[in-house]
Amino acid sequence: MTASRPMDVVGWLRRYGTAGFLLALILFFSLENSRFLSMRNVANILTEVSIYGIIAVGMTFVILTAGVDLAVGSLLAFAGMAGAYVMKAMGADYPLSWLVALATAIAVGSLVGFLQGKTVTFFSVPPFIVTLGGLTIWRGATLILSDGSPISGFDASYRWWGTGSIAGVPVPIVLFGVIAAAGFVTQRYTRYGRYIYAVGGNPEAARLNGLDVAAIVTSVYLIVGALSGLAGFLLSARLGAAEAVGGIGYELRVIASVVIGGTSLAGGRGGVGGTIIGALLIGVLTNGLVIMHVSSYWQQVVIGFIIVAAVAFDTYAKSHRE
Amino acid sequence: MSLKPSASAKSGNDLMSAAILLDVRDVCKRFPGVMALDGVELHVAAQEVHALLGENGAGKSTLLKILSGALRADSGEAVLDGIRLEAGESPRDRQRMGLITIYQEFNLLPFMSIAENLYLGREPTRRGIIDWPVLYENARALLAGLGLNVDPRREVRHLSVAHQQMVEIGRAVAQKAKLIVMDEPTAALSGREVEILHTVIRELKARGVSFIYVTHRLDEVKQVCDSFTVLRDGRFVARGAVPEVEIRDLVRLMVGRDVEFSRRTRTANPGETVLAVKGISRARESSGRHAIALQDLCVDVKAGEIVGFAGLVGAGRTELGRIIFGADRCDGGVLYLNGLEMSPLRSPQQAIRAGIALVPEDRKQQGCFLDQSISQNMTLPSLKRIARWRIFVDEVKERQLVDQYRSALRIKMANPAVAVGTLSGGNQQKVLLARCMALQPKVLIVDEPTRGIDIGAKTEVHQLLFDMAQSGIAVIVISSEMPEVLALSDRIVVFREGCISGVMDSKDATEGNLMELMAISTTAGAQRLAAL
Repeated sequence: MTASRPMDVVGWLRRYGTAGFLLALILFFSLENSRFLSMRNVANILTEVSIYGIIAVGMTFVILTAGVDLAVGSLLAFAGMAGAYVMKAMGADYPLSWLVALATAIAVGSLVGFLQGKTVTFFSVPPFIVTLGGLTIWRGATLILSDGSPISGFDASYRWWGTGSIAGVPVPIVLFGVIAAAGFVTQRYTRYGRYIYAVGGNPEAARLNGLDVAAIVTSVYLIVGALSGLAGFLLSARLGAAEAVGGIGYELRVIASVVIGGTSLAGGRGGVGGTIIGALLIGVLTNGLVIMHVSSYWQQVVIGFIIVAAVAFDTYAKSHRE
Repeated sequence: MSLKPSASAKSGNDLMSAAILLDVRDVCKRFPGVMALDGVELHVAAQEVHALLGENGAGKSTLLKILSGALRADSGEAVLDGIRLEAGESPRDRQRMGLITIYQEFNLLPFMSIAENLYLGREPTRRGIIDWPVLYENARALLAGLGLNVDPRREVRHLSVAHQQMVEIGRAVAQKAKLIVMDEPTAALSGREVEILHTVIRELKARGVSFIYVTHRLDEVKQVCDSFTVLRDGRFVARGAVPEVEIRDLVRLMVGRDVEFSRRTRTANPGETVLAVKGISRARESSGRHAIALQDLCVDVKAGEIVGFAGLVGAGRTELGRIIFGADRCDGGVLYLNGLEMSPLRSPQQAIRAGIALVPEDRKQQGCFLDQSISQNMTLPSLKRIARWRIFVDEVKERQLVDQYRSALRIKMANPAVAVGTLSGGNQQKVLLARCMALQPKVLIVDEPTRGIDIGAKTEVHQLLFDMAQSGIAVIVISSEMPEVLALSDRIVVFREGCISGVMDSKDATEGNLMELMAISTTAGAQRLAAL
């Protein structure tokens, strides 16, 4: 205990490396192109990030329990479509029609999440399989529900959720901020948060400590489902239409945000703080590459590379420490 | 602090005139913040079993890892059979040189056959294709040489722990081992299995193999080892020949102080019966480690009493403990809690609500959340009590709770935010005990309270259990170490093959009559033992 502690470079990088990389990217892109840091572009990036970032907050809970949800992109489309469909079915113009759509989207998302969670816990099907099925089931269900064509024609109060702003800040960003903060507080300061880490860290020990492991695991799929529903609603409000192809590939962006943010796929380690940085990193990178006129083909290559590099470094740092 | 410079350290040179097989000198290894090894030496002669002793944290594991090639030493040198061990060598290189390490967690492929495991990577081939008949014949011969009469085509996962260990040893033999390093080989074995292991070790020694034998059970040193080395706090303390040393001296060398083995340091005054089970039974499961049938188990425990569950591994003692705690199901039976009759509990959640707490047998797999902080580990099941509005963890109260048990149990830690995985085994065990104490249980079940922890921590844990009984808790202690059962219990329940074979007042109990109840009786049992 007397030896002086040498500078732990790897440990430091592990803690702050992603944030440092994010800052370096911002610096690089802003030097490359002055438009990058314009108010308009920043708001654009953050709104884009907010939609999948909201889901990523929920996905952090799922991955902390050593699970995964591949169905979030499809569920986003299905819940958003269901919201728009029910709203339209109840007539065209009536007050608080947006509330019908919002409530329906969240309810559908929650219900689907709950069902997927129950399948995982009750039938002991691996979450990868359950949600891989969900990925195609809910995409197909969206197409059936909409017959392949988008639902549009929303009133101004509906559109406000995607395009309006509160005190100059776009609404989706405000919502993302609130949800991220709530996620952070839940993981850090509540009993429920502790239980999530316990279940992910050692499910058998969690059970022997009197936790209802099945209920806790089910709950995280419900959370990510509800947030997917909310994101579906916001996306339709932003685009002015609920589209059957909405949110395709979002599951990868969402999972990448969580993983780049340092949450372990093995469960029990990580948190929402890192996820926010991961989501921002993907948003900044995508937008920056577009501004630099890098082809979208190459963007995919770069993002894939960064996912692998982030996890490889995390694993290396862990073995290095031990 | 100052330690007396190796009080009874004997110079090894005059002791061992036999050829030196392994010669380790001046090995140092520094981890961030701690000197794990500081000038350690180790000499193992040809054809001997050498005990490597020391408390947890003395540096034994680090030294073993350096020898096996899993870790690199900062400085020092080692020579095996005249060949220098170089720093950059991998575990594979070391194995080729004949230095094989067998860890507590076995390195076997569970879904492959015994024969495949024995000759993995060295299968006999004919024109590039594995020659299965030869493989099985070689394996059968090798196993027979170890006195093991099993079909080499069986998958390893179906074997008992003792037999899996034999496969590990067999693999070492197949690799032409000169030196086999065994890290706590008997931690998971019952008495009879330990004897079989020792027979095999003696047999291989006669064939020219040397062993490094790491153990916390000092009576085994007397039984099977020829010489010993003691480490303490990363330093070499002493070396000598086993016949010339008393167990008490070894203990003193290890801890640097005299330790009394406590036996009956308290007088029990049991109160009302708190917990009773009657007629607990369960059919045999098809597989898994709890695959034994339980028949008509009846036990009762009074407030302030310590009841010991003795028996060989798999006799039903752990199984009954888990059924009482609701962790496993049973087919029939009744539970009485504070005189109220109820059906057996269906989940640990119910048990904890009913005032029953369990410290499970496997600290790492079932007890600890290794990545998480000490305080998170300690307060997890008690969070309901220290939550604000039932939702938020009250960190002030949590801190108070942790501090209270930290000082009461004298848990050594830098601070409670440190991951519990960084603590020594003894301190981890104390954290788990603190977790149960914080629940203020009426019944406490402790399975293997001191497995794999050093003697100093052992006596502390024993004292804690006495204190808890004194405060009126009904305590059940499950242990495969007979001295421990004898030292702790007021009453001893002996299990054999899923039945209770006897209940004894601990005044009347000796290792001899316990062993009789545990191992010998029915003809079926005797035959099974003979077949082992």
